[in-house]
Amino acid sequence: MSTLTRQVLSHLDWLEAEAIHILREVAGQCANPVLLFSGGKDSICLLRLAEKAFRPGRFPFPLMHIDTGHNYPEVTQFRDRRAAELGERLIVRSVEDSMARGTVVLKHPGESRNKHQSVTLLEAIEEFGFDACIGGARRDEEKARAKERIMSFRDEFGQWDPKNQRPELWNLYNARSHKGENIRAFPISNWTELDVWQYIQREQLELPSIYFAHLRPVVRKNGLLQPVTALTPAAPDDRVEEVRVRFRTVGDITCTAPVESDADTVDKILLETATTTITERGATRMDDQTSEASMEQRKKEGYF
Amino acid sequence: MSAPENLPGIDNGLLRFLTCGSVDDGKSTLIGRLLFDTKTILADTLSAIEKTSARRGLSAVDLSLLTDGLQAEREQGITIDVAYRYFSTGTRKYIIADAPGHEQYTRNMVTAASTANLAIILIDARKGVQTQTRRHSYLAHLVGIPHLLVAVNKMDLVDYDQATFERIRSDYLAFAHRLGIPEVDFIPISALNGDMVVERGNHMNWYAGPTLLDILETTPAAHTEQPENFRFPVQYVCRPQDSANPELHDYRGFMGRVESGEIAVGDAVTVLPSGRTSTVKAIQVGGLDQPHAIHEQSVTLLLADEIDISRGDMIVKSAEAPKVVKQLDATLCWLSETPLSTARSYVLRHTTREAKAKVAGIGHRVDVNTLEHEAATALDMNDIARVSLRLAQPVFIDPYADNRATGAFILIDESTNNTVGAGMIL
Repeated sequence: MSTLTRQVLSHLDWLEAEAIHILREVAGQCANPVLLFSGGKDSICLLRLAEKAFRPGRFPFPLMHIDTGHNYPEVTQFRDRRAAELGERLIVRSVEDSMARGTVVLKHPGESRNKHQSVTLLEAIEEFGFDACIGGARRDEEKARAKERIMSFRDEFGQWDPKNQRPELWNLYNARSHKGENIRAFPISNWTELDVWQYIQREQLELPSIYFAHLRPVVRKNGLLQPVTALTPAAPDDRVEEVRVRFRTVGDITCTAPVESDADTVDKILLETATTTITERGATRMDDQTSEASMEQRKKEGYF
Repeated sequence: MSAPENLPGIDNGLLRFLTCGSVDDGKSTLIGRLLFDTKTILADTLSAIEKTSARRGLSAVDLSLLTDGLQAEREQGITIDVAYRYFSTGTRKYIIADAPGHEQYTRNMVTAASTANLAIILIDARKGVQTQTRRHSYLAHLVGIPHLLVAVNKMDLVDYDQATFERIRSDYLAFAHRLGIPEVDFIPISALNGDMVVERGNHMNWYAGPTLLDILETTPAAHTEQPENFRFPVQYVCRPQDSANPELHDYRGFMGRVESGEIAVGDAVTVLPSGRTSTVKAIQVGGLDQPHAIHEQSVTLLLADEIDISRGDMIVKSAEAPKVVKQLDATLCWLSETPLSTARSYVLRHTTREAKAKVAGIGHRVDVNTLEHEAATALDMNDIARVSLRLAQPVFIDPYADNRATGAFILIDESTNNTVGAGMIL
């Protein structure tokens, strides 16, 4: 070293290097991993990280989406196009197929299918014999996630046992599992929503159009903007408004709400993200508000 | 203090730090204070903990509710597991590892400490140095955290008295010297009121040093300021063999993270365990060339000669070879509820390499409360002991004190695949 103060990586370079290292550990330790790609911003970042980790080679895993059948068409179109551009294999498994098989039974036709993705995911894991699923979950999203390991062990029923997690020291990740068990790997665990947007900006990543401000008919309910769609029609006494909105997170139509915004570029979204007063899931997810522990409960049942 | 709305003009990297102390020391309050004063806690989170505080009949907002994530923790009012928290000042990003303070959770503290570059050790100003202060300091030092910051908290409850602070400082230094801890920073704070955390407040004008956040902002983000040897454990080998692209036909990329030191194109390297030598032909990220790589970067190395290299091998600079050993001495922290068995073999994971390992002997066990050495024949969960190990395959090691990456290992129980031990090579 020629200088006294060592050269250190910028925070974004550090997060990128960590994520690449985790992706390569999954590839090196697991026999048959898969990367979960929904077309959402976090998994879009994962794809860029996988390119940085494995190019000029192919990804050592296919991509998979668990489709609730309730996704915005802009997002599923983007998903298919991005996978094709990368030349990587995309597997789509559908909650509606699980419903047809009778393994998913809705309480009522309008029930959110979000939590039922767990069933379809576990069925797909069994069908393909995946021993690891790489996902774009972040610890800053939710309290239960804040305690989850980067390599998170799931038993043969896909269950997460938060009180009995494997200790995870240094960067010595333990991705071992027996047949039928499963590892969930989270390369961007240590990223925040702001980091994700900064990375999208730096890497000039393309996103589905619904992330940017657009006019959309909505109904104001319980402090959230509920989009009016064929799946979520307005009730007779609802007041429908055309509002300029964008989505901060993209999921099942029935449980993902947009926020009011004029931000129609990544730069403007970054500025809004840095000055926002409400958390990502708090502003947008109807499914997390049911109880203090709803995410933990879903994860124990095999959810991401 | 710049709030996050001032987007980074300079990027001062990322600092990982650990907070140690018990609930009673105000650890969660301190974290809540840091997040609150850096405007990281957002309105809906605050309103959720306000609701919970009110439901529990508390008069003020309990900032500690921010860090208790699991159902069982909320029910019992204790912290079970390491939680990770994030905040940014606009110039630096922080990752807080929040480790539980209870004795039975020593393993969680070691886990949290393993990735931290700074530890904040909290002392209650009314109580002074306690058994657990010594335990936390010993563990932080054992795991090689380079910067220790002792925060004497609850100064508001001792009338912000300078003499109290000075007495605790000299008590602490007396035992820190015995432990061989070279450098410690001290700061008086009131996490509850915010004095000397982010803002200076106006109760302790006798204290002229930096605030707690000032210390965090100026602590070197690198683990060490000393030059380190180049260590590159190979994680994965890229052989595209793309028939459509003849240029890639002979491509062999060795993928990994620069665990320490740095490397440039043209450097002479040695591959372990084969001992074969070559030079670095190219350094790439995502297939794009770059002239050199520094500590912590994930890159792909291409070598000038065709050498058989696979995951678990290590590329080093020829002039800086580590030791190649099949037995080693280490400080081992036992993490499993099932005691260590010297009759069984375990899988040792060291960098990207695995080897079967047996504990050949247990030297002494350290009582983390008294720091006394005692004879031991078995190890239970949370025990820390000096051990010697015999390995079926060689590993390429440096002492942990010199190199955190090549000095550390974990032990895995193959029957459960659980991580059962954490070792630091002597």
